[in-house]
Amino acid sequence: MTKGAATSLTQRQPANGAAEAIHIENLHKRFGNLEVLKGVSLSARDGDVVAIIGGSGSGKSTLLRCINCLENPTSGIIRVNGEEIKLKADSHGHTVPADRRQIERIRSRLGMVFQSFNLWSHMTLLENVIEVPIHVLGVRRDEAIATAERLLARVGLAEKRDVYPSFMSGGQQQRGAIARALAIDPRVMLFDEPTSALDPELVGEVLRVIGDLAQEGRTMILVTHEMKFARNVATHVVYLYNGLVEEEGPPEQLFGNPQSERLKQFLRNTH
Amino acid sequence: MQIPKRDAAVHNGDGSIEALIYLAQTSVVDLLALSPPGWGGNLLRGLMNSVLIAVGSFSIGIVIGIGGAFGKLYGGPVTKDLLGLYTTLVRAIPELVLILLLYFAGTDLINRLLEVLGYQRIDINGLVAGICVLGIVQGAYSTEVIRGAILSIPQGQIEAARAYGMSPGLMLRRVTLPAMLPFAIPGLANLWLIATKDTALLAIVGFNELTQETRTAASTTKAYFTFFLAAGALYLLLTLFSNVIIARVERWARRGVYMETH
Repeated sequence: MTKGAATSLTQRQPANGAAEAIHIENLHKRFGNLEVLKGVSLSARDGDVVAIIGGSGSGKSTLLRCINCLENPTSGIIRVNGEEIKLKADSHGHTVPADRRQIERIRSRLGMVFQSFNLWSHMTLLENVIEVPIHVLGVRRDEAIATAERLLARVGLAEKRDVYPSFMSGGQQQRGAIARALAIDPRVMLFDEPTSALDPELVGEVLRVIGDLAQEGRTMILVTHEMKFARNVATHVVYLYNGLVEEEGPPEQLFGNPQSERLKQFLRNTH
Repeated sequence: MQIPKRDAAVHNGDGSIEALIYLAQTSVVDLLALSPPGWGGNLLRGLMNSVLIAVGSFSIGIVIGIGGAFGKLYGGPVTKDLLGLYTTLVRAIPELVLILLLYFAGTDLINRLLEVLGYQRIDINGLVAGICVLGIVQGAYSTEVIRGAILSIPQGQIEAARAYGMSPGLMLRRVTLPAMLPFAIPGLANLWLIATKDTALLAIVGFNELTQETRTAASTTKAYFTFFLAAGALYLLLTLFSNVIIARVERWARRGVYMETH
């Protein structure tokens, strides 16, 4: 694999007939004078688990946050399930979503899991999980509760349903946040360094839940520092360096036989 | 009788001394009796009016405060400047001056406007005017309290709401307002207590709230001490009752906040 953006797209032929879930083309993101993404392309088909790795400041979190426009890209194309996010320039010349309803609809089908959990502190765990299904997706309350209870049992938090997030451990909060993401039946799950804020002894329980989801064929994009985990669960790994895709490929290749000097050094340092 | 009554009573021993004796014999209980000739009923009516004004102006203040806080945080440059002017002016000018200004100038302005538009002048209801004037004052302070509280919400919670496709209105209702509440309650509780006491300022425009009723009762009966002490007790009761309610609201608002107990 080579660096450079547009070329990498053509190199990834669909392994099966799965539909394209996320497609990013030539994405640029600039914060003032700082260009964080310098033309990144990436695509994920249904069932793919794409791990994005890279040093701090490489732009990996920004890339993930551009997918649902938590950060507005400066330029580039983003397609979610084949639907391109319409962007426009606002009065300050910043790129913003052109159609609020479109971006809200797209966001409501992307299950985002944050580094710092970001559960709503004034709601119990169950209320957190049913919030979006009821108020954004219009699911009936009793159905939402039934789904939420099933999901909480699945992430091992059935007995915490009436507990407020700040009374739970970091690992429990993050598993709850994963249940919240699953409750919207997401087309794609976006994980933004989901274990970086956890105490070491709590990382395992969260990774186990994410690993299970990968096993059952959930489409995910995962920004992570856990190299061993990325190697185990990912179907495709992207190494970002300084705002560009430095190298990408299947995990065995990327971790087993890295080509780029920078990636080799990065892997040496993270082991 | 040109001489002040008290002197007359002391020096002359004419009919007015009987009045004084009568007054002295009238017990506090009689003075404060709920039905005339007692003044208790008037005082309670005044208290009711005070509470009404406080509730009304505090509510208006909160509505202005929510709008003002959002305008100051997320509005355009013109909105921000105008709101800055509003909060600065209202908080800079003594409330008494503001009340006189808004009450007299405000009603005059409305009537002139009505005349220009070809309508009859109207008598502006003292209660409504009082509520509006104090509401405008409360709004300026609420704006700052709520703005600070919104800034205290962990940013990630707002971000999560955006990430899950909440519309701005839904986010306001379901996340921003309830999440800022624990940070706003102490400031808003202060404002409520100030609102209950600021109602006394409306006595200056002759509105029959508790202080004005007390003045009337006291000057009629000359039992100043009794009536102002009674009024003070009523204000105190109102505050104590408020504290009970505030404590409950605060406990509810902070239900999701974990506090380490040492």
